[in-house]
Amino acid sequence: MSLGEFILVSIVKIVIALGVLLTAVAYTVWLERKVVGHIQNRWGPTRVGPFGLLQPLADGIKFIFKEDLLPPHVFKPLFIAAPMIALVFALTSISVIPIGNWVTVFGIHTPLEIMDVNIGLLIVLGVTSLGVYGVALAGWSSNSKYSLLGGLRASAQMVSYEISLGLSLVGVLILAGSFSLRDIVNAQGGTFWGFIPRWNIFQGQIVAFFIYLMAAYAETNRVPFDLPEAETELVAGYHTEYSAMKFAMFFMAEYANMITVACLATLLFLGGWHGPHRFGPPFVQAVLPIFWFVLKVFVFLFLYIWVRGTLPRFRYDQLMAFGWKFLLPLAIANLVITALIVALRA
Amino acid sequence: MLHLLVFSVFGLVCVAGAINLLVQRHPINSALSLVVVMGSLAVEYLLLGAEFVAAVQVIVYAGAIMVLFVFVIMLLNAGVENRTKGSRVAMLFGIPGVLIGSVLVAWVLLQHSGTGSVAAGALPGPPKVIGWLLFHDFLLPFEVTSVLVLIAIMGAVVLASHPADVQQSAQPDGKEG
Repeated sequence: MSLGEFILVSIVKIVIALGVLLTAVAYTVWLERKVVGHIQNRWGPTRVGPFGLLQPLADGIKFIFKEDLLPPHVFKPLFIAAPMIALVFALTSISVIPIGNWVTVFGIHTPLEIMDVNIGLLIVLGVTSLGVYGVALAGWSSNSKYSLLGGLRASAQMVSYEISLGLSLVGVLILAGSFSLRDIVNAQGGTFWGFIPRWNIFQGQIVAFFIYLMAAYAETNRVPFDLPEAETELVAGYHTEYSAMKFAMFFMAEYANMITVACLATLLFLGGWHGPHRFGPPFVQAVLPIFWFVLKVFVFLFLYIWVRGTLPRFRYDQLMAFGWKFLLPLAIANLVITALIVALRA
Repeated sequence: MLHLLVFSVFGLVCVAGAINLLVQRHPINSALSLVVVMGSLAVEYLLLGAEFVAAVQVIVYAGAIMVLFVFVIMLLNAGVENRTKGSRVAMLFGIPGVLIGSVLVAWVLLQHSGTGSVAAGALPGPPKVIGWLLFHDFLLPFEVTSVLVLIAIMGAVVLASHPADVQQSAQPDGKEG
């Protein structure tokens, strides 16, 4: 592949990935409003389009045309930069996430991700760990006590739960022996005794999966760990002072992070794009892996929304005690046991 | 060529960030400059072929340690620092001292090491090699360092805790220390 061809293919893939991701973000919001509405015996959005399907579009237009207020008491450069930081890192992390095998389109053989790198998992972790600056700086630069408390809570919470999150992934890395997300998925192909898929969740990493699940909720500031924006105590937390598109950027960043977390869970624990795909005409066989991947991501996102509609918020000391005194020791125990089993088998 | 260009650009960004760190008067701006320095260092490592070190640099330094720096600055609500003109002794001896020191270091480096450029990827960078080095070749230094870090953590805990408060709150009079 020549340099020009490489750049062209990359640009096309970036445009497609961003388009799909932003649409997915918009419709995850719609799905959440719909599902939580039904859980609470309401209808959710119904007025704009059939089933309220055009609601995200209307919301987007509203956000763009709203007056962009800049409160007089804020620290301007960081106040403006914070939502951009949050959104940029949230969107960047999708670039190394593979959604399927290599494909050949118009004679160009290319992987189904923007960049196939051998340390993909580390890049996702690094980029998402930088996303906390957006929230923390938004809280600080707003120069308001509610925002500051929200920002402080966000940075403390994210740094605490990142440790458990990282340790829960090490078990998977030991099993796969690689940081490459593609290799990790390929190691999960096939079945045990012909019917149980060899996904990592069935290879003894089920504890790790639940640690990941809980730590991921905390990392994305979602219920039951949405302390940084707890409405009942902090007005709206770190984004109290934001309006219009700047607020929308935080909102998009949160949902983009949710999708990244769901993709990562699918790749690391739920077998990625593996699933029954040896039936139907060739075209269906080619598209099925992507379908399985999207289905698993959807199930994970649905779980997110379900939890939001079901559980109340933790108290702050409970959050910290849970992270440090329960989740972290459990993650270390899981890591040690996995390493022992792999060492004994070798 | 492209490689060298990107490397030089990020080298400049790194130095600019470091100078900005010193010049800025507000601690949060300095901390963010340090994040920029860490980030551009990570890119330099990546360009040299040390992808694992680059990723760890971002995750640990930029993503965790600097977040805690920013956290502390936010928590203490540190304001703009006062600037003094500096002492005359520092001006008289400091600047020439730094100049002489850097010239000496540069001279020693030029004299006593192969100064040929290192090709990208010539040094061991993959995680497997680094793991082998850490847990096999340099196991003892690695473990000793971990004990050292543990002692530092214990020291921080001792310094941060107030024994008097602990005794007070242990008394059953209902008042917290």
